[in-house]
Amino acid sequence: MSGGFVSNINWVALTIFVLLFGLVSWLGFAAAKWRKGDLDQLHEWGLGGRRFGTVITWFLLGGDVYTAYTFIAIPALAFGQGAIAFFAVPYTVIIYPIMFLAFRRLWYVCHKHGYITSGDFVRGRFGNRWLALAITVTGIVATMPYIALQLVGIQVVLGALGIQGSGLAADLPLIIAFVVLAAFTYSSGLRAPASIAVVKDILIYFTALVAIVVIPMQLGGFGKIFASVPAQKLLLAVPGPNTTGAYTGYATLAFGSALALFLYPHSLTGILSASSGRVIRRNAAMLPGYTFMLGLLALFGFFAIAAGVDKLPEFAGGFAAFKNNFAVPALLLHSFPSWFVGVAFAAIGIGALVPAAIMSIAAANLYTRNIHREFINKNPTDKQESTIAKLVSLIVKAGALVFILFVPTQYAVQLQLLGGIWIIQTLPAVLIGAYTRWFNSWALLVGWAVGTYAGTAMAYSINLTNTFPLKVGGYTFPGYTAVYTVLLNLLVALVLTPVFNAMGTKEKVDATAPSDYLPTD
Amino acid sequence: MNTSDKKRGGWSWWYLLFVVQFVVALYPPFFNKAEPTLIGIPFFYWFQLAWVFGSAILTAIVYYATKD
Repeated sequence: MSGGFVSNINWVALTIFVLLFGLVSWLGFAAAKWRKGDLDQLHEWGLGGRRFGTVITWFLLGGDVYTAYTFIAIPALAFGQGAIAFFAVPYTVIIYPIMFLAFRRLWYVCHKHGYITSGDFVRGRFGNRWLALAITVTGIVATMPYIALQLVGIQVVLGALGIQGSGLAADLPLIIAFVVLAAFTYSSGLRAPASIAVVKDILIYFTALVAIVVIPMQLGGFGKIFASVPAQKLLLAVPGPNTTGAYTGYATLAFGSALALFLYPHSLTGILSASSGRVIRRNAAMLPGYTFMLGLLALFGFFAIAAGVDKLPEFAGGFAAFKNNFAVPALLLHSFPSWFVGVAFAAIGIGALVPAAIMSIAAANLYTRNIHREFINKNPTDKQESTIAKLVSLIVKAGALVFILFVPTQYAVQLQLLGGIWIIQTLPAVLIGAYTRWFNSWALLVGWAVGTYAGTAMAYSINLTNTFPLKVGGYTFPGYTAVYTVLLNLLVALVLTPVFNAMGTKEKVDATAPSDYLPTD
Repeated sequence: MNTSDKKRGGWSWWYLLFVVQFVVALYPPFFNKAEPTLIGIPFFYWFQLAWVFGSAILTAIVYYATKD
């Protein structure tokens, strides 16, 4: 079907989708006036003035961490590969102890010193602008494909609404959505995704809770659903002799993803916008509400298997275009009346806007603070700084849009996978740096380079899949590449720290004091 | 240093509850089985979903037991 519009547009669903999209767009612009601050200051535009309380932070981080792409991709993984997809649940369980302990410390030190990015923190802690640059570039490069994948989420639901094919007519809705997103991010900053996240989450919870009750009733109960799932997909394969098999694959995937998550610039932006350390601690106990919902959504992959949506002729085109990512949209179309489909798809589409906005803001903050201010204009006025950040947020989003329109989706998926391996290499400097200044900054830089190189090479050696079969003395430990390479990175930094110190490389003074990492009152 | 200073941001034994969360969530032999099912859902799935709540409760306990 070449050259444009495909028929079968679901008008009722499309109308509801457009109305809800219009509502949140209005909200995005109106958000500029919410808890009004001077948007010519970077911390007002890029961190919402650090004023978000417990509830708004809950919605904001929920929209930030549990993205539209997740809602499409995790059920798609369950649909295609079964039990392994459930790693998303332990992953999003163990992120919260990490947030509770380590990221609360980072919140305090960043609040005290006015740091806006991880690059700011590393610059202050280690005084090494090149290490800070490495952290910054890693953050930006890892974020870009993540933004592109959010667009894939919108593309899939637009396709399911009947807007498929190629050419400008088919791409136009996506372009419009992104222009609107870019405009309200530019004008309102972080306040826009924070306010939109509230609407999006109400829609998502409504959709998930209705669907988890109604679809199993239609399919004859959970027993019948799981009976239709092939045995090899139902559970993890029990490891054979001389290997830890799927068990270490599953556990390291969850562990590595959890370590990486809050190192992503957009997660840190969400955390730093909180109004106090107590807000972070509280949210560590409240955010698992989203994890539970993500687990329910993962089960939708099995519902789709039981409903046999991939064998229905009306969805053949969708599966051909979007592969397994079409499983959830097809399931919703198959199970619900058009108006409900409209609400559900709007939830997914809007669910893409929130993280895409935060990611572009986070990337813009990084560029402005740690590249422009560090290397180009050392003394910008507040106004200059915020203007640069706003412009960069536009460039970042335009880049993601061009990427998705002209490059096969598969590349965005692969780059995002590499992005996880790259971002975890910032762990020794950022996460461990929140506890100790023991490491030599040059040793950290070499460790980062070794980890990044080794991670990229290992990922290519296994054709850009996740688990690397590490062989030690006739025993095989399949595990997430990111975990193995960050250990290598740490080892290098550990060994080289005394070496560099003995060579007498000049280390700058730590701009932070131990008490900066703790509550002040 | 009095005890309240120690609690504040420093180590607390309550943090061991976090270790429990990690161990249970990351040890698949615990839960990689179909039986017992719960309303037709295999153990693998309902246990991990239930552990989301278990972990949230443990985190809430740490929240109330430790100072900011």
